[in-house]
This record gives sequence, structure tokens and C-alpha cells, in this order.
Amino acid sequence: MTGTTLLSVENVVVDLPTPRGNLRAVDRVNLTVGAGQTLGVVGESGCGKTMLSRAILQLLPKKAKLGGRVMFDGQDLVSLDREALRKLRGRSLAVVFQDPMTSLNPVLTIGTQLIETLQAHLELDIAAARKRSVELLTAVGIPAPEQRLTQYPHQLSGGMRQRVAIAIALSCEPKLLIADEPTTALDVTIQAQILDLLAREQRRRHMAMILITHDLGVVAGRTDEVAVMYAGRVVERAPTLALFKKMRMPYTEALLAAIPKLDAAPHTVLPAISGRPPDPTRPIKGCSFSPRCRYAVARCHQEKPGLTEAETPAHQFACFHPIEMPATVPA
Amino acid sequence: MAFFVARRLLYLLPVLIAVSLLTFSIASLLPGDLALTILADQATPENLAALRRDMGLDQPIWQRYFIWLGNVLQGDFGRSFRTGQTVLQAVAERLPVSIELMLLAQLGALAIGVPLAIICAARSGGPFDRFMTGTAFGMLSVPTFLSAILLIYLFAVELRWLPATGYVPFAEDPLGNLRFFVLPSLTLALAEWPGIMRILRSDMIATLQEDYISLAKAKGLTPARILFVHALKPSSLTLVTITGINIGRLIGGALIVETIFALPGIGRLLVGAILTRDLIILQGVVLLVAAGFVIMNFIVDLLYAVLDPRIRHGHA
Repeated sequence: MTGTTLLSVENVVVDLPTPRGNLRAVDRVNLTVGAGQTLGVVGESGCGKTMLSRAILQLLPKKAKLGGRVMFDGQDLVSLDREALRKLRGRSLAVVFQDPMTSLNPVLTIGTQLIETLQAHLELDIAAARKRSVELLTAVGIPAPEQRLTQYPHQLSGGMRQRVAIAIALSCEPKLLIADEPTTALDVTIQAQILDLLAREQRRRHMAMILITHDLGVVAGRTDEVAVMYAGRVVERAPTLALFKKMRMPYTEALLAAIPKLDAAPHTVLPAISGRPPDPTRPIKGCSFSPRCRYAVARCHQEKPGLTEAETPAHQFACFHPIEMPATVPA
Repeated sequence: MAFFVARRLLYLLPVLIAVSLLTFSIASLLPGDLALTILADQATPENLAALRRDMGLDQPIWQRYFIWLGNVLQGDFGRSFRTGQTVLQAVAERLPVSIELMLLAQLGALAIGVPLAIICAARSGGPFDRFMTGTAFGMLSVPTFLSAILLIYLFAVELRWLPATGYVPFAEDPLGNLRFFVLPSLTLALAEWPGIMRILRSDMIATLQEDYISLAKAKGLTPARILFVHALKPSSLTLVTITGINIGRLIGGALIVETIFALPGIGRLLVGAILTRDLIILQGVVLLVAAGFVIMNFIVDLLYAVLDPRIRHGHA
């Protein structure tokens, strides 16, 4: 890890009260992102990765309880007052949501939604804000940007809408961009384009990025560090290269195995992870992954493993019986 | 947009035909003999037969309908057999009163309901929201005649600030005219703000859950901009519908309020026509009022398109 720490998530806990009892969506998560660095957060649906991003942004549902600290640029976002938080959001902390069909306001033009962001944070008159909006739309690869400004979201395709959402996020040159499954709702052919766009802009603007996804393949070439989440906890964390060279947590291995391989024979059965994640309202005693883990032994069902350091630097995993063989890097 | 308007206008035609059929048959099927009512004590069999022939009452009902409809299409809605006034004259005389009452009442109801709804939605579940929701529910169950009498008692009898009943045309005495309208429009506004508030509040609460509101917060917009620019417009479709229906309903006059406050509006005209069995006036006024209602709803449809670009572009 080079450079200064921009974001450090310290012991963050998110509890959601539900009719079936308390749901611990995020369980004592610790993460750091250095300035200009990219962190991938990987896990299946319901593992708490979206709640973690909402916790960083302080955009949790009203009823949710948040514990721990979120240090961003020297300030604790958890204890920051609303006005200070407002000035930070959109300015130095930006987000791209999963579904561009619902994240843009249907009754406001693209131009309004871009310009209002610029004017909320920068001292720009309307003409300067318009000019800058056109530049931003051009930068994210939208053809005929002047015309787009007067159009409404429903007049654009999903991929174009996500480009608009990215333009909005980039508009005030944020220090950190949180991309929460930015391609999950898009056509496969568009996904790579959007990811490459994000990676390009991230490098060009020296911006830090948290890329949240359920696809290990997505983080492979595009991140500096990866955190794998399961049942609200970080179960393995390592520099991206180290992780793909030698993953230690059986869950990480299972996630990787679940990605279809291009060179596999037709009709090969995909090694899906059997079973379902544990019910987060009923915490289990041992390792959360033990009911689905093919290496689990008696101890795994009794005791929860903590994050331990591996022999390679900056590599941590939570497992009593880590995998010893090197994993294959995906194509 | 032009295509949208044309299509909506075309939809109006069958509705208006159905309305004319219903109006005519209700008036014709009412018990009692029109000729007998008109002639009263001069009703000899010869006189009755002659009058029926004159009025076309001896013809089959469907023929009478087409004759009536033909006249209506030429602008002849018939005339009262009591006052000799034509339907159009009577309506033209009363309509400004009802429209003024309707406008003032709607403005009042919106002025009370909309800000309360926005505050409640922004703080939903809080003490203010719970208090206002309860108050609105209580106000919904207060009938207009009760609030009218209470308002008269307070402002006209006790405080003597405002007149209890009466009317002067706006052209004669604008200020005096408005003074006569304060209590009746307040009565109607008190009956209508709870509906407006409840509808807008629940729509706003739903809108505030949307992803685009989360994004608006994540963009660092001010709470006021999020509420008024991002949340209010997409939440107001049902509000526009309710307001449109209220306006359409009040074009037909507020029967109870106009009667209590002695305002010479359409409502009083209708009540009078019913009490004196003036069927020509009755069916003419009902048809005109129904047409006004239908046209009001057409305007509401157009407003949807103004509010939501997806409807304008035919995506929804």
C-alpha cells in the first residue's frame, strides 16, 4: 500500500431491526482505501456489501443502527453533522448505484440533474455549469452531449443512463467513488465498457474507488486490493495479485469456481455453491460458511475464526483450514 | 403532444353521449307527469292532451331523446316553464358564483394541505406527522354543515368579523364580494385539505424511498431542493387527480354550502329545480355540469403529461 489512507472503515456494524428480530447486515468490518487506490468488495447477494457502502455514505435506512467509525479524509463521517456531510457528499465522496433505471429522477432532464450537482458544490454560473456538463458527458462517452442535456432519463438506454450517472458522480472531481454493482443491471455487452470507463476515469483523475460486485472476475484486473465478504463479515482480504495467486478462504475459492470458464466444454455443470447464506437474523455459532463449506470440520461449526495474517504481506483470512494449493488466475 | 391531445379528445365523445343518455332518461323516468305539474289546477283532459302534443310528450321516449339532443347540439337546452328563463341564461347567471367559490375553496385547501403534507412526509413517523395525520382523520369526519354552522357562529355571530349569508357581484363591490366568500370557501377548504394532505403525504413518503432520492442525497443537494424539486413533482399525480375531481364536482355547485350561506350558485339552482319539479332546468343543468366534469378530467390528463415526461412521450 502506497500513499496516504483516504478512507478507513473501523469496526463498522450495521443492525437492521426486522419483524423477525435484529438483522446484523454488517459485522465488525475493517477496511482501508489509500488515496488513488481501488478496492474491490466481493460477495454474493445479501452478504452486506451494499449496506457497507450505504454505511460509508451515511445513507442507511432510517431504522438502521450504525456502529464503529468511518474515517474519511481525517473526519469521522458517523459523527459529522448533516450540513458538513451534505457538503462532502457529491463533492469529495461520490457514488454510482446499481440500477440506472431507478437512480436518475424520471421527471428531471439529464441537464438539470448534472447542473444541480455542479452548482451545489462549485461556484459556477449556469453557462459554466452547462459547459462543464457537456464536457463530462463527452468524457463518459455520450454522443451528442448538448442534445442529451434536454432529454429525460427514459429517452436513454440503460448503458447511456449509467454513463450519465457516472458523469454526475465524477462532476465535482471526488476523492473517492463508490461504485455499487455498477454493471449488474446492464446487458453483458455493455458491462465491460462501463467497467473500463470507470477504471480509465479513476486513473485519469487519481481518484480512489471502491468497486462492489458479486463477480470476482470483475475485480481481477481492475483493483489493487480485494475484500471478500460473507454474511456481513470480511472473510478474506488481500492485494488483488496475491489473492488470485493464492486464495486461502474456501468461500473465495468457491466464488471463483462459480464463474463460467470460456474454455470449459459445452454443457459443463457450473460448480455453484450449494445451499444458501445463513439467515442473518439467526447468527450461527461457528464459521458462517461452515454449513456450505466442503472442508468444514467439527471445530468450524463450534468456533468463529477471526481474521488472521497469512504469510504473504497484507493478506488476511478468517479460516481454520485455509486452502494450501495455489488457485488459478481466471482467463 | 398534439397526437396525445387529439386522442384524449376523441375519448371524450362516447363519455359525453353516455352522459346525455343518462341525464335524459333520469329526468324522463322520474315519477310524476310533467304536463300535470305545469297545468296544476287547470288540468282538464283536453288541456293535458294539447300540452303533451305541444311538448312532444306523446312521442316515444327515444324520439324525444333525439329531438332533445338535436336541440342541445344547436345550443338550445330548453327553458324553464316557471320563470321562462332558458337553461343557458340560468347557468350563465349562476356559474360565476360557483366557480369563484370553487377556486377560493381549492386554493384554501391546497394552501393548508400541501405544506402540511410535505412537512409530514419529510418527518414521517415523528410526533408532528402523527399529530397531523390524526387531525386530518378527525377533520375528514366533520360534515360541511357542521363546520359551516360553527364558522358562522364564531366569525359572524360572536366576533362579527364577516357576514353570515348573502352575496354581491364582484364587479359591484370587489371587497364586499370577497367578504361574503370567506366563510363558505373556508368551510369547503376545511372539508378538503385532509384528503389532499393524506394523499400527497403517502405519495411523498413512497417517493422518498426511491433510488433517485438516495442519489440526490448522495449528490449533496440541500434538503429543500430534494423535497421540492426531486420529490414533489413525481408525487403530485394523485394530488392533481384529486384536485381535478374536486374542481369538477364543485363546478356543479356546492349544494349544502351554497344553501347555508345563501350564495346564488349552480347548487342553489339545482336544489330549486328539484323542489319545483322544473325538469327542463334540471336535465339541462345536470348535462352541462357533467360535461364540465368530463372536460375537467380531460385537463387533468393533460396535466399528467406536463408533470411526467414519460406520459408525454408515450412510454407509460
